[in-house]
Amino acid sequence: MKKPYNEVIDVSRDNPHATGMKPMSFVRQVIASCIYPELIDSDKMPLDVRKRAKTLLECIGGSVGCYSDTIGIPIMRDSVSDFLTRRDEGVPSASGKIFITHGSDHGFGLLLTMLVRGDRSPLVGVLTPVPSQDFGNATLVASGATAVPYYLDGQQGWRLHTEELQRALRSAREVCDPIALYVINPGDPTGHVQSRESMEEIIRFVYEEKLLLFANEDHQDILIGEGCMFISYKKVLAEMGSPFSDAVELASIHSASKGFMGEGGLHGGYLELVNFDPSVQIEFDRLISLLVLPIIGQLALEVMLNPLQPGEPSYEHYQEEIQHIRETLVHNVTRAFEVLDSLPGISCEPINGGASMFPRLHLPHTAIHQAKEEQLPDFFYCSRLLEQTGLCVCPGSDLGLPEGTYHIRLCIMTSVDTMEEVLRRLGKFHKQFMKDFS
Amino acid sequence: SHVLRWIVKGSLALPIPISLYLYILCYTISLQQRGTSAANMSQKEVNGSSHRGKVLTLETMNQNVRQVEYAVRGPMVLRAVQIEEELKKGVKKPFTEVIKANVGDAHAMGQKPITFIRQVLALCAYPALLEDDKFPEDAKLRARRILDGCGGQSIGAYSASQGIECIRKDVASYIEKRDGGIPSNHENIYLSTGASDAIVTMLKLLICGEGRTRTGVMISIPQYPLYSAALTELQGVQINYYLDEDKCWGLDVGELRRSLTAAREHCNPRALCIINPGNPTGQVQSRQCIEDVIRFAKEEGLLLMADEVYQDNVYAEGCVFHSFKKVLFEMGPEFSSVVELVSFHSTSKCYMGECGFRGGYMEVVNLDPEVKAQLTKLVSVRLCSPVSGQALMDVVVNPPQPGEPSYATFTKERAAVLADLAEKAKLTEESFNNVPGFHCNPVQGAMYTFPRITIPQKAIDQAKAAGQAPDQMYCMKLLETTGICLVPGSGFGQREGTFHFRMTILPPKEKLKYVLEKIAEFNAQFLQDYS
Repeated sequence: MKKPYNEVIDVSRDNPHATGMKPMSFVRQVIASCIYPELIDSDKMPLDVRKRAKTLLECIGGSVGCYSDTIGIPIMRDSVSDFLTRRDEGVPSASGKIFITHGSDHGFGLLLTMLVRGDRSPLVGVLTPVPSQDFGNATLVASGATAVPYYLDGQQGWRLHTEELQRALRSAREVCDPIALYVINPGDPTGHVQSRESMEEIIRFVYEEKLLLFANEDHQDILIGEGCMFISYKKVLAEMGSPFSDAVELASIHSASKGFMGEGGLHGGYLELVNFDPSVQIEFDRLISLLVLPIIGQLALEVMLNPLQPGEPSYEHYQEEIQHIRETLVHNVTRAFEVLDSLPGISCEPINGGASMFPRLHLPHTAIHQAKEEQLPDFFYCSRLLEQTGLCVCPGSDLGLPEGTYHIRLCIMTSVDTMEEVLRRLGKFHKQFMKDFS
Repeated sequence: SHVLRWIVKGSLALPIPISLYLYILCYTISLQQRGTSAANMSQKEVNGSSHRGKVLTLETMNQNVRQVEYAVRGPMVLRAVQIEEELKKGVKKPFTEVIKANVGDAHAMGQKPITFIRQVLALCAYPALLEDDKFPEDAKLRARRILDGCGGQSIGAYSASQGIECIRKDVASYIEKRDGGIPSNHENIYLSTGASDAIVTMLKLLICGEGRTRTGVMISIPQYPLYSAALTELQGVQINYYLDEDKCWGLDVGELRRSLTAAREHCNPRALCIINPGNPTGQVQSRQCIEDVIRFAKEEGLLLMADEVYQDNVYAEGCVFHSFKKVLFEMGPEFSSVVELVSFHSTSKCYMGECGFRGGYMEVVNLDPEVKAQLTKLVSVRLCSPVSGQALMDVVVNPPQPGEPSYATFTKERAAVLADLAEKAKLTEESFNNVPGFHCNPVQGAMYTFPRITIPQKAIDQAKAAGQAPDQMYCMKLLETTGICLVPGSGFGQREGTFHFRMTILPPKEKLKYVLEKIAEFNAQFLQDYS
């Protein structure tokens, strides 16, 4: 079938390897050696690969084919715990409070399971950011919890305002029993990185309003914005001291699916509980103990959290690869803004982190009017974009944004060439679209 | 997004999160002792702030989680782990190691992985190895095919939720070949995270209604406790039908009918689950039996769920694995165009034993097209199954063929694994039938034995006084005395007044002999102590 393009490019979701990013060599070498231990004895693999694979194999019972310890193999949990202690500069982490998961979505789902009360009225509510992929996603919807939207500020880089949280909470209390606040930092698709002050406000808010705090910190590895720093909620909480640090029940979520690893398909992640009631934690243990997690994902996670040290044979190459990914991302963002700035009717807040761009479409009235006959305007835009150029992006309405503003989300974790092609198609289409509907 | 709106509109009113219950496997527990690591925590952090209540407490949390009986998990395995810790610390015991004959984990018991499988997977994990001439061409061929199906040629990319298309096509071809040419369509194949994930998905689809119209699901007793746990979680009604221990755990249609009729008084029976070869019972159902079940399902309007994860594990003379699909189609269009059947398979068992990869699939047959569309939607809104597991499934359904470089080694290794299991099955049956008070049916297939044991009245009374199931008390004492960890029959269901345990036949032969001896010794002592 003839079309004006040869292939569809799908940047509607964060799937880095599918859009041209390469896996980290060391990670894959270790995994391959664990799968096929003959490689450990050969000298094809660097020494540090072979050593790491040997250690890991010993911990998992000698074969990647074994069922893993269902709370994640102990060495994995220790690795996570050590990593967190290092990352948060001394704020202690105990492996007893760490749970290995399939990834962040899965971790979020487990937390929701713990909260919901079936059909008992009122339903529990979770304050969920808009725009976000989690708003309205199946995990939340199917769990029986009510997703209560709080709107990030699209005019101010998508930051959170406590006033907005308060508004959301007040309105929530009329229809459900709000029990948790879900925060994504760095933000996705918004690209916003929270300041320490903002995080402290959030912590104060949950403390006063007696809410659980769920922090999805999946994009913590790579920040783009100048001077932007990732601090974990756990660290901020600890440094705020009493009464917050003893009281706020925090669950932090992370995985090997994003950042420089991009290993979504391998299913490796973890979550950490802080200040949860010990008997609830036992129930959580029970819940998790039903799970059988894929070992390969845990291996990827372990390598991510226990990286190479200077002096090891593969260290330099590993650092180069991370650097390359960073540079690619920065390049993609720069190019994207160059292109967007040259186009009428499209604007974007700064991107400081995450793996997406979330430009706003200033659609002409004619387009909005025509769209409304059949569907939402940004969906209308996206489906025409797909049909005419083979470029697949995600409409903002999918991420919970209300009527009135229109956005698209595109993944920027792509190879440089792919991004060029994405921008070329988008630019061409957008110019034509604005002309056609002016 | 439209899919989500559909679901939000309640076309699938699911009370409980999908993502969690995909991975229920009740017996893989090694709950580590939770070290308090007191050095790392303030007392307050351990206990939480004392002056202020927690937001999430036992009372405010999901009560379903607290209520589910995770049958095989429990005191046995917890204690086994504790004992391991004690041994490590040098505590003296009448044994030097804990032998975990409770869980069907072949590799953990020393079974070797199949070389070809691991070669293909290593190539997929690190494609630079495709340049390495140490890897055979047939492995490279398969790796390339799999990688071509992956986004960006990487197993780290998310795949389509139903599973990579070329792999589903390979699965369909495998099924066709296995079933003598009966067609299989890759659109009816769903790749899943082990078979458990797919089983729970189907149960979610089935369970609805309230009170007397609540969905009932027939499951065999004894059963693999995934089914009972899932039914409890999903609040489906469990309908028990008993396998006949005196007829080698055979299935009798009369019993099916009895169970169904009784169930109709209080629920709406809609599905029948059958595990063949059986877990824990190890029976391989005869062709006649399978036909009877299909006929029954047609007459009574039941959806059949055929759990066939042990399909290569068949040992006994005269026993043959017949897939439900094959039999269904050979019964002619009167049945094959009507009976709704879902078949499950996995990469965790058979000769592969690759539990850690979480590979599996289900094939749906004769599902209402609109229901199938809903199923596809249900599956499509969540993440795909682990891609490494999908890759593994591809190798399993696409093994080396005669003439290919790896054929000889592969065939040899596969045969060796299965022969070893067959030998151990026989050894176990014979040993146990020489133990006074034991009655052990032949282990025709799968990887477990489920002997009936005799527990003297005195012991039964003592157990009941302690609030324990008698076979649990037996197994606990066995563990303390010998370090051998088994699973009490009460965890699987059994006829009132009978007692069993489940033991795997996976330990290496010498260790298995040791285990069988020790159990015999223990049993003799036990009978004496409680005479």
